[in-house]
Amino acid sequence: MVLVFIDQSEGHIKKSSFEAACYAATVAAQLGTSAEAVLLGVTSDNLSSLGNYGVKKVHTIANETLTNFDAQLYTKAIAQVVETTNADVIVFSNNTTGKAVAPRLSAKLKAGLVTGAIALPDTSNGFTVKKTVFSGKAFANININTPKKIIALNPNSFNVSITTDTAEVVPFNTSVDASKIVVSAINKVTGEVSLSEADIVVSGGRGLKGPENWGLVTELATLLGAATACSRPVADIHWRPHHEHVGQTGLAIAPNLYIAIGISGAIQHLAGVNRSKIIVVINKDPEAPFFKAADYGIVGDAFEVMPKIIEAVRKIKATA
Amino acid sequence: MKILVCISKTPDTTAKIAFADNNTKFAAEGVQWIINPYDEWYALVRAIELKEANPAVVLHLINVGNADNEPIIRKALALGGDEAIRINSEISDSFNVAAQIAAIAKEGNYDLVFTGKETIDYNGSSIGGMIAELLDLPFISHAVTFDIEGNNATVTREIEGGEEVDKATLPLVVSCQKGMAEQRIPNMKGIMGARTKPLKVMEPIAADILTSIASFDLPPVKAGVKLVSAENPEELVRLLHEEAKAF
Repeated sequence: MVLVFIDQSEGHIKKSSFEAACYAATVAAQLGTSAEAVLLGVTSDNLSSLGNYGVKKVHTIANETLTNFDAQLYTKAIAQVVETTNADVIVFSNNTTGKAVAPRLSAKLKAGLVTGAIALPDTSNGFTVKKTVFSGKAFANININTPKKIIALNPNSFNVSITTDTAEVVPFNTSVDASKIVVSAINKVTGEVSLSEADIVVSGGRGLKGPENWGLVTELATLLGAATACSRPVADIHWRPHHEHVGQTGLAIAPNLYIAIGISGAIQHLAGVNRSKIIVVINKDPEAPFFKAADYGIVGDAFEVMPKIIEAVRKIKATA
Repeated sequence: MKILVCISKTPDTTAKIAFADNNTKFAAEGVQWIINPYDEWYALVRAIELKEANPAVVLHLINVGNADNEPIIRKALALGGDEAIRINSEISDSFNVAAQIAAIAKEGNYDLVFTGKETIDYNGSSIGGMIAELLDLPFISHAVTFDIEGNNATVTREIEGGEEVDKATLPLVVSCQKGMAEQRIPNMKGIMGARTKPLKVMEPIAADILTSIASFDLPPVKAGVKLVSAENPEELVRLLHEEAKAF
């Protein structure tokens, strides 16, 4: 059986979990078995609809303590579900929760782990999973050599397909210890799209000359329902918050569409964005290295080009 | 308070990424090696700041690797720290590395173990969580701030679309990222002092190896950019909408 961890934040399932569920269901079909899910904490979402994403059963531990994240308690709870259900493969989304829990579970179960997976496992000769390495500049094919296997799937790596099936929701009975971590505040930037999960990302660099010009980025992002990002120098000089920094030492992202405005495309920046499906570069320097990695580009002044782009997008959105 | 900071060696961020031996090994020839930036700029520098604020703090560094790693360890010691431990092992499976570090952390009774959020080569983001599990300690990952008062830590960590403030009591394992501290450059006094700081070499313990690298691939080369005239940016929007169907 393939078990997928469904991640919730403040009672709502995260988008990347639906992708992980579809991936788990496809792995299960590949292995001739079925996929089930585990969800920790209290949620108001309709869990039977997780069946839409291919899981047959959802094991829930609806304990208030688990509504807040604690990697230690989550690991213990998931390990119990793994043991009881005899899951062979456990799938996480490689988001902040997955990155904290999957390694713990790997150590607890002595189950080989691949984080940052971007494809289905190759089971023709053992169990090999492709993952990004060197911050997106290359891929490694990793053999998992243990009976139990854990995969943490990079967000936006797998196509989500939906059916009308529903899943059976079953409470999993277990005791939960007190958490050793007290969550004293959650500060979310509301109304913005989460960068790692975004389909479209609009990003700005030093070419925009100052934070007062960021309206060009945010306006286009709002029209497209996109997340905003920036290059490292921009975060370093505090034009934008550092959680928007994409690149080798920032966040690595893989949206469907990445629009870079006034970013030259240093190798470290490319490392964080080169898994984007379509890259658009707007830069006045025709020699900017980013054009070599781009699918579409305009050599031109962002301050002249962007208002026209924004208007053109607005027209299309108005008629859609 | 005893702090253990885990240091990894990685290729420089500008290093050319290529593979040898039928794409089974990283082509290391001519590559400049650095301390993994997350380990250095954030984990190590924050630990040094804690020691500067409280001289009673004992700060040790640990690295798992062969003798080629010693220049990197000395560079870390030049930034700060009392002594370093190198576990003499070539194995790169993350569980095996974590098991080596956990054994030292347990024996040394460290109150705080810092790692970087991930290494910039294998991007595993695994060692911190594995160490925490092997030590049965709480783990806070992707920390952007860390403050301590007595035994009580306040840690801000990154979550999707924001930040969360956590409070926990030592002992604790924390993985660190941007925000924790500012990059430092070692000064001459530090570099001279690092030469005489203890660098203990220890043999690895027996531990499982759960995974192995079968091969590497490089991403496919892009077909080339389609340039649109700056006079007609509307055409770019049309292409993205109708040809690429990107929105």
